[in-house]
Amino acid sequence: MAVDMELEAVLRAPALEMPPYPPKVITLANSKKMVVRQARREEVPVLLDAVRPTLEIPRDYYDIVGVRLYAELLGWYRHRVRNEYCLVGQVDGYAVGIVNGRMVDKDIGMSYHTLAIDRGMRVGAHLFAAKMEHHIEYLGQQEVWITAESPIGFRRWMIEYGLIKQEGVQHELGGATSYKLTRDIYFETKPRLVAGTRPVPKKLLDEALAEIKVADEATIAEKICGLKGR
Amino acid sequence: MRDVAIIGAGMIPFGRRDEDSLLDLLAYSSLKALDDAGLGDKGVDAVYVANMGAGILQHQTSVASALVDRLGLLPAAADAVENGPASGASAIKNGLLAVASGYYNLVLVAGGEKMREVVGWKATDFVATMTHPEVEYPYGITLPGMAGMFTRLYMEKYGLTREQLIAVALKNQRMGALNPYAHVEMVITKEGIYDHPDSVVNNPMAADPLHLYDMCPVSDGSAAVVLCPLEKAKAFSKNVPVVIAGFGQATDTHTLQERDDPTDLKAVTLASQQAFERAKLKPSDVDVAELHDAFTILEIAESEHAGFYKKGEGGKAAEKGETSLGGRLPINMSGGLKARGHPVGATGVAQVVDIVYQLRHELPKERQVKNAKVGFTLNFGGFGNNIVAFVLRRPE
Repeated sequence: MAVDMELEAVLRAPALEMPPYPPKVITLANSKKMVVRQARREEVPVLLDAVRPTLEIPRDYYDIVGVRLYAELLGWYRHRVRNEYCLVGQVDGYAVGIVNGRMVDKDIGMSYHTLAIDRGMRVGAHLFAAKMEHHIEYLGQQEVWITAESPIGFRRWMIEYGLIKQEGVQHELGGATSYKLTRDIYFETKPRLVAGTRPVPKKLLDEALAEIKVADEATIAEKICGLKGR
Repeated sequence: MRDVAIIGAGMIPFGRRDEDSLLDLLAYSSLKALDDAGLGDKGVDAVYVANMGAGILQHQTSVASALVDRLGLLPAAADAVENGPASGASAIKNGLLAVASGYYNLVLVAGGEKMREVVGWKATDFVATMTHPEVEYPYGITLPGMAGMFTRLYMEKYGLTREQLIAVALKNQRMGALNPYAHVEMVITKEGIYDHPDSVVNNPMAADPLHLYDMCPVSDGSAAVVLCPLEKAKAFSKNVPVVIAGFGQATDTHTLQERDDPTDLKAVTLASQQAFERAKLKPSDVDVAELHDAFTILEIAESEHAGFYKKGEGGKAAEKGETSLGGRLPINMSGGLKARGHPVGATGVAQVVDIVYQLRHELPKERQVKNAKVGFTLNFGGFGNNIVAFVLRRPE
């Protein structure tokens, strides 16, 4: 697609400086090693492939989360969302989960979405925690605004973290109730909710950086809403 | 009294079954059991349906009457049986007595529950309705909470260790991963849930000292069996008839606080003794057992109170692999409640179905106990206040 860079420069939002998220590795309950790292903008097309199968899965609101995450990632790819970042969880190179968010300003972070592709090993919980870690510890923010689109998300974020309800505050994801995570809440909950070690062993990191592998559509659908569910 | 045999067994995959109603679940397993028995167009004389919570969770009552009509089994007699998480075994016991007495020749027993219709904490609250309404429930006690306190006492009294509990969790999830009917099909490792620092997040505390992987999941599911007099089994079905050699049932105080020793599961001991006496067999005769491991501690405590191990030895046996396939007494080769899942009304029936498969030698070798001839089930109601046990036998 031809791009008029003169006009593009007008349309693209100026971005804040965003320190990178240092990769870490988490040992899951099945001993598999999940590398959590910051995705590169040029990797978005592959991430969209990973998200696409969720668009028609209504179970646990995957369709809503998937559609919105798809749009957010595309917006980031095409420079239409300011200060966005994306973290990806990979096991054996395969994308098992994706989280994203953005900096509203230097103090406030906006949590967007958490998509667990491989369910049952707390992948979503680990990645959400990594997202909070990024906002508080690496972007140095004071608070993160969060909302939940699914009951699972509500249980995982609002209840497990003890988030603060924000009356009258509009989250960017729409009319759902907005909550916030403060630095105090983060550091209080960190010992029980934030996992992972650094540095990532070279072999694991090289594998993760080399390629984001995406399971086939049927496998993703089965992992998310297999006939039996989980 | 006549000897009673199980000539048909059926189960559906447990888990989260959003698309199916409770009646659908019950009908699926019933049809599988009836087909398995090979009854063709023959009707049954009576249907017993085990269910604990339809009145609360689905706002539906009289599920037995509904199921008989749904299955086209009219005008068979129909009764629903509610005995908390022991409803399944209670329903089989009622079917057993009806056939043994000579009043009925063919009885269908189905157990089912649909618990995933509500969020987790509501399901936990629903199960907690079986606690004492004046001295337990109002104070916020839940079954995981009771199990946690019980475990702490057991650790203090018998030296039970967390590693022993983990051995049960690992074994049962390993077996569940091999069971196509199991809710949880994920193999976990000791590293991932205990040894590694990340296990703090992977396996969070649920009810001290029990963690997430000490708990069974909240499940939808159903299971069913067909009973008939042993003497008529061959006329009705080509299957190897599995004989219900003995049953036992006993109760204990409603509240844990009234027990002389809260770690003493008297009703488990009494129900098991009755079952063995009626079967004229001993615990040492049992080749395979399905115990009610809603929490890992229960598999260990039940293995001791049922007479398979001395007090304080069950955990050690689990850790040494004695309760694994190929061990002295394989327990929960289905994955147990821990992995197969625990749709409360279905569980007691599912335990029996699993033992039927074992005694008919139909399972793949990864789960089949070689030459299994005698099986045992224990269905645990309340927190040990209503126990139903069966000894099942493959005919010579």
